[in-house]
Amino acid sequence: MSDNSPMKGIRTPLKRVRGLGASGSSATADFWWQRVTAVGMLILIIPVIVIVMMLLGRNQAGAGQILGTPVVALLVLLFVVASAFHMRLGMQVVIEDYIHDERLKLISVLANNFFSIAVSLASVYAILKLSSGV
Amino acid sequence: MTARIDRPLSPHLQTYRWTLTMAMSIVHRATGIALYFGTILLAWWLMAVASGPGAYGIFSSFIGSWFGRLILFGYTWALMHHLLSGIRHFVWDLGYGFGPSEREGLTWAALIGGIVLTVLIWIIAYAFGGGR
Repeated sequence: MSDNSPMKGIRTPLKRVRGLGASGSSATADFWWQRVTAVGMLILIIPVIVIVMMLLGRNQAGAGQILGTPVVALLVLLFVVASAFHMRLGMQVVIEDYIHDERLKLISVLANNFFSIAVSLASVYAILKLSSGV
Repeated sequence: MTARIDRPLSPHLQTYRWTLTMAMSIVHRATGIALYFGTILLAWWLMAVASGPGAYGIFSSFIGSWFGRLILFGYTWALMHHLLSGIRHFVWDLGYGFGPSEREGLTWAALIGGIVLTVLIWIIAYAFGGGR
């Protein structure tokens, strides 16, 4: 469709662009949550590194016991949840920057959501299972 | 309506001189994408621990192989670089560090700091983590 088709010609340029900017979407909230989750992970990174160090070289039973400890489980859960939101938002920005075909963009955004939810839920499930003493 | 005028488009990346901050902006994004897919490794690890000795054995033999360690080393660097580079973005978000020497300094700090932290983590891991 060209800009000078008769139907569009009668509209003012302002009318054509209204609602297409940041105000028409959740972009500001996305920007904000990208940073909230980043601060969260910044706080959690040292405990998480310590936890990973504690687990190195252990067998399954030993690793499971440490990961099932309430404080460790909670720290890992917080990190996994924050990273899930952070990576979903980050990949959304990448998709919107590089994929311009609407259909492909929709598929990519869906795939991004499914991947982020599935991967993080797998981690959350594993931690909950280990910490519930089964 | 008048005919459509072919106005000049805004110049893209190739027009500009290559700068450090520009290159590191791309690296920040690239490490973010790498970490995105790297979460599969984290989920696999946690699921393996939750599943039992058999599944954990498969994971351990993968991550203990030279290829597994290479991926893990790359993952460590991507995480540390993205972290420090992210702190740099926070400084900019708060409105500081935009001067020529400041922004270059911040970028070098993130670049060198990321490498230093990665090596440090691996030294500590081998020293006490029973890194095998």
